[in-house]
Amino acid sequence: MNFDFTPKQLAIKKMITEFVDSEVKPYADEADKEEKFPEKQIKKLAKLGIMGMSIPEKYGGAELDNVSQTIIMEEVSRGCSATAVSMGAHASLACHPLVNFGTEDQKKRFLPKLASGEYLGAFALTEPNAGSDAVNVQTTAVKDKDEYIINGNKIFITNGGTADLINIVATTDKGKRHHGLAVFTLETKDLKGFELGKKEDKLGLRGSNTQELVFKDMRVPKENMVGGIEGEGFKISMSVFNSGRIGIGVQGVGIAQAAFDEALKYIQEREQFGRKLHKFQALQFMLSDMATRIDAARLLCYRAAHVKDQGKRYVKEAAMAKLYGAETAMEITRKALQIHGGYGYTKDYPLERFYRDAKITEIYEGTSEIQRLVIAAELLGRGF
Amino acid sequence: MNIIVCIKQVPDTNEVKIDPKTGTLKREGVPTIMNPDDKHALIEAVKIKKKTKAQITVLSMGPPQAEEALREALALGADQAILLCDRAFAGSDTWATANAIGGAIKTIGNYDLLLFGRQAIDGDTAQVGPQVAELLNIPQITYAQKIETEKNKVKVERQMEDGYEIIESNIPCLITCISEINETEYPTLKGIRQAYKKEVKVWSADQAKVDKSKIGLLNSPTSVKKSFTPPAKGQGQTLKGSIKDIAKEIIDLLKERELTGGF
Repeated sequence: MNFDFTPKQLAIKKMITEFVDSEVKPYADEADKEEKFPEKQIKKLAKLGIMGMSIPEKYGGAELDNVSQTIIMEEVSRGCSATAVSMGAHASLACHPLVNFGTEDQKKRFLPKLASGEYLGAFALTEPNAGSDAVNVQTTAVKDKDEYIINGNKIFITNGGTADLINIVATTDKGKRHHGLAVFTLETKDLKGFELGKKEDKLGLRGSNTQELVFKDMRVPKENMVGGIEGEGFKISMSVFNSGRIGIGVQGVGIAQAAFDEALKYIQEREQFGRKLHKFQALQFMLSDMATRIDAARLLCYRAAHVKDQGKRYVKEAAMAKLYGAETAMEITRKALQIHGGYGYTKDYPLERFYRDAKITEIYEGTSEIQRLVIAAELLGRGF
Repeated sequence: MNIIVCIKQVPDTNEVKIDPKTGTLKREGVPTIMNPDDKHALIEAVKIKKKTKAQITVLSMGPPQAEEALREALALGADQAILLCDRAFAGSDTWATANAIGGAIKTIGNYDLLLFGRQAIDGDTAQVGPQVAELLNIPQITYAQKIETEKNKVKVERQMEDGYEIIESNIPCLITCISEINETEYPTLKGIRQAYKKEVKVWSADQAKVDKSKIGLLNSPTSVKKSFTPPAKGQGQTLKGSIKDIAKEIIDLLKERELTGGF
């Protein structure tokens, strides 16, 4: 049993903490209020090699272990959750299919550009009638000689309107249900038949881009089908989900920590009834419960990352980390706002932003209800 | 070109609290950082390296945990790192520290440029750089806000209170850098990975070939007699009213305190 980070992981933590405090956190409010995509921050993250953190060294990436990637996700989320989700959608969701399932040719063509940050990536599965219910994907891919003709639309796609490369899920044979799914890599520049639909106006993560994508007779070369064989799409999607869950769990931890840090500062400064708030035992208890809960959520996330690093099955661990991390974000942001009273409800303080940003962690990458189903399936066996 | 950058690991003084009773720093649990001015000196060395293919050696004296600051320096672009770590160095004042650092630099040898930070945030003396230059008998330029390297010489802007001097020197020479010299940088993931593949050499006083009669607490000519926290300044005074009234009141106040000089 060992709860310590390695010296290298600590060096990464120190670097990313300093970077986030100086280069990310100060711009979070502006990103939220002006719905400003954190382009500059993403460019700087790319310069540090972070956009390539999940990509093997061979293809220009940093090939970080999962614990290190989790450290980075937590810290960036603490500074600005909109920046964190834009980074995560790229480094975790978009890169994952190519890193783990791509052909050698696909890896060589796409990974160096994703690693350097020249390309921003996205992953598109969700449709009006399919999300966690991936089998119900309606977007079709019909083979025509050396190409696939793709029709359909995708919704709620993080980075959808800003990405240079999007891995989309489509069905090549509806009759085969999940065995008919495949993932296709799109390079969006000058791509005929590729259109942007509605940009979502969201409760939180307002600096991040969430976009509808429309495909009308869009032609994609067959060399861009990830892995090169039909029917792999469901397996790839489930793998992306699994891996992404740790990231969203720890995003919840990062948001919770940001809210907690504000609350801790506030109760030591604010006076009521002639004494500082931290002298009130009710608030001391609240603070202790908050810190304990954040730590519990954090440990679940790092445990899941550690199990993944060991190459073991981590489905249950990742689902638990995601479930608890997300619900922790909700509870801690609510309490931290409560500690701030009326001030917390105003836009003069970041608490209301944390509160809005936290909510999505209970929804995307599988809702909390889906996580409970996944955990139950692991506990009871697949045939329950 | 061979550059030696000297760095110090210091407590992050933003996080340090002073025990009002003992007057000493409460160091427990305080994070340590690479001294900010030293980091700027290192970043400058890396910039010179990019232009001239220089080799950078980073040198520090301190306890074993100072290795962390040296790893950070390697991650930022230094080529090799040496830590002077020996009980014999403990308690050295600036003179004894300069003897240790200077002695080690002689042992490393073959240097063109020695870069230091102006001063460390824990001691604020700004003495070690200049003392090392004297010891090695080489030119020194302090408070550098810009460095240009040419063949066998350097041109440096030296910050003054109301402007700057431009100083040219032959190399080898020693330069102390201020934070304005460059923007801060963060180690890249690639840099961190490489830093942990390299070795941080740990030298004892004997390995560094320093004169042991000139280092350590007992051989330090200065000693700290007492340290204390000055009492906080009182509240300022806010004047209200029209600009004219305020100006008059200020002049009256200055006269009252006999601060008007030649008025």
